[in-house]
Amino acid sequence: MTAKLKLATALSTLAVAASLSTGAFAEALRLGTEGAYPPFNYIEADGKIAGFDVEIGQELCKRIGEECEVVAQDWDGIIPGLLANKYDFIIASMFITEERKKQVAFTDPYYLAAMTNVVPKGSDITEFTNEALADKVIGAQSGTTQADYIEATYPDADVRLYPTQDEVNLDMASGRIDMQVGDMLPMLDWTTKTEDGACCELAGEPITDPAFVGEGVGIALRQEDDELREKLNAALAEMRADGTYKTINDKYFNIDVYTMK
Amino acid sequence: MFELLSYGDAGWGDEILAGLAITMQLAIVTLPIGLLIGFVAAFASMSRHAGLRAIGFGYTTIMRGLPEILTLFVVYNGVGLLLNKLAVWWDPGGTNIEFSPFAAGVTALAMVFGAFAGEVLRGAFQSLDEGQMEAGRAIGMSPRKIFFRIRLPQVWRFALPGLGNLWINMLKDTALVSIIALDDLMRMTKVAVGVTKQPFTFYLLACLIYWALCVLSEVVLARMERGANRGIRRV
Amino acid sequence: MNPFDIVVEYWPRLLDGTLMTLKLTFLGAFFAALFSPGLALIRANTHPVAQAPLRLYISFMRGTPILGQLFLIYYGSGQFRPFLQDWGLWGFFRDPFNCALLAFALNSTAYQTEILRGGIMGVARGEIEAAKAIGMTRLQILRRVTFPHAYRIAWPALGNEIILLMKASALASVVTVFDIMGRTRQIFSRTFDFSIYLWAALIYLCITAIFVLLWRQGETRLSRHIGPRNTGRSILSPPEGPKP
Repeated sequence: MTAKLKLATALSTLAVAASLSTGAFAEALRLGTEGAYPPFNYIEADGKIAGFDVEIGQELCKRIGEECEVVAQDWDGIIPGLLANKYDFIIASMFITEERKKQVAFTDPYYLAAMTNVVPKGSDITEFTNEALADKVIGAQSGTTQADYIEATYPDADVRLYPTQDEVNLDMASGRIDMQVGDMLPMLDWTTKTEDGACCELAGEPITDPAFVGEGVGIALRQEDDELREKLNAALAEMRADGTYKTINDKYFNIDVYTMK
Repeated sequence: MFELLSYGDAGWGDEILAGLAITMQLAIVTLPIGLLIGFVAAFASMSRHAGLRAIGFGYTTIMRGLPEILTLFVVYNGVGLLLNKLAVWWDPGGTNIEFSPFAAGVTALAMVFGAFAGEVLRGAFQSLDEGQMEAGRAIGMSPRKIFFRIRLPQVWRFALPGLGNLWINMLKDTALVSIIALDDLMRMTKVAVGVTKQPFTFYLLACLIYWALCVLSEVVLARMERGANRGIRRV
Repeated sequence: MNPFDIVVEYWPRLLDGTLMTLKLTFLGAFFAALFSPGLALIRANTHPVAQAPLRLYISFMRGTPILGQLFLIYYGSGQFRPFLQDWGLWGFFRDPFNCALLAFALNSTAYQTEILRGGIMGVARGEIEAAKAIGMTRLQILRRVTFPHAYRIAWPALGNEIILLMKASALASVVTVFDIMGRTRQIFSRTFDFSIYLWAALIYLCITAIFVLLWRQGETRLSRHIGPRNTGRSILSPPEGPKP
């Protein structure tokens, strides 16, 4: 009995030690992203994190002379993760809003965005007012400006919030929700380029109200990291000037997302 | 359907197996820590000092009464913030301490396991036959010897069914770490679902894998119980 | 925000969430209580081979994580929508509350069945024989002897199971049901104020404390006609060891 006990203790201590030694202290520059938001950030079949956001981020890192490690983090915890030092900046299609500025600092916008309504093809929804949508089920990803928009604009509707955009899309495709509000570009990508997204289409006017859309999409940093912010801003301007931005942009989109033209 | 589950770049088999590995790692690392916390909680609850008893009671009541997912969120969000505040206070501008999702998962699961285990162990200790301890004292055994040679082996026998149950519950609870972005089995399944749009297939597969783990655990535990009850005559 | 401001501002949502948690828990336990007596009888009295489907069901429910069961029902049903629509069931599965309730009811039924089985098997044979001797029919025996005793024996364990169900109900938030956990996560994603989690913990502990008190009262009333319970067996008590 005692010999077995000793062996068990030894093995388990080793296991605990091994698991704690990895990831206890980190030194390199780390880029935080969600990894569930195609085409901006997503996880490929082989496990790598890719997308427009990730490419821009890695290019920026190169220009400021650092090797970047890409860390995936769930959207709900992405800002707390930054504040808890899990990574050094967030590049995950995050809209710059006043509310968020209370917690984090942003660089200059690296692309402009708008939101849009999405409905199933053949849906009878034509008006987008609180009265018209009073008993409809409207979905969005939680913790996003879209969620804020729905809660503010359609208080009488049945609002559903999901941890990831994928789950909103899944429920949209299966008909659980009557409408969703999403980012223009990912929604365009979903409805035109994917099999399950073919069920649905964009509807209504693009939502560009700055109260919800903010000043554009930026990179979030901890408020005290001024130096890093300046470096990233400078690198971004360089990328715009020498055409690297355009190269990356054209891989994913037909329009210049920096200016939305 | 079977290409979906295959190894390599096209199939999800290897991702899911990798997730399973993390799940097992999580459970195996949590077990000793949880048991340790359990022993501490049991001793606190049985102590002569009223203060210690109160702490033991408070800890087990709170940890057993809170949903595990809430405990997980509190540990994941709270401890990270706390550690960071401590690190900044200790060494401003110094290195960052990372409280990984794995560490958060282990901590939360071990704290919950420890609370339940504390109660199981306490019940086991209190069911011991005092006569045997007296006999030990009568033949001159030191308290240490009595503990390791008489108490502990019997506590083990009594507590095994309860602890076994807790192990199985913990195996299932590891699925919760998928919600805090740890790439365990449940999370890899979620990722596969997101890409393949086949939720039923993959979630069923995940459930079957957990089920297999639990059934396997039950078989091993039954064997251990038989081993622990060797030589005991049922009155 | 200081910890008290956050409650002052968001208490309606938290109240909403609390009611939802209570609904999920007690409706789930109620439906389980409807089906478990019959299933427990099957488990206690029939041939092991005949019980096989039931045992498989119970093993599956106890051997898989509730999160997996939830996802299976909620997203799985979405995948089979055309099929469900043909059978007129889509209206049911469309609502996340129904899916969550179904998952919890199925899960709790399995556990309650096992608990009741333990209770049924704990009823003294002598009493059942006496009942047969005075000519009670099968149904009367079940109604007047077996089940009242079985429920009394199983009472603490059933209370435990309801508490476990309430803790499991916190997972409904993952499929968009706004229970306490769902509202807490919603509020956290707006304010990033950690204290909201502590308030949620407090709410859960209060509900548990009140429930435990009421449940123990129930036990006292059920055993009014019997003396105080001896230091009998509970879930946590070990098997009897040898006496000197």
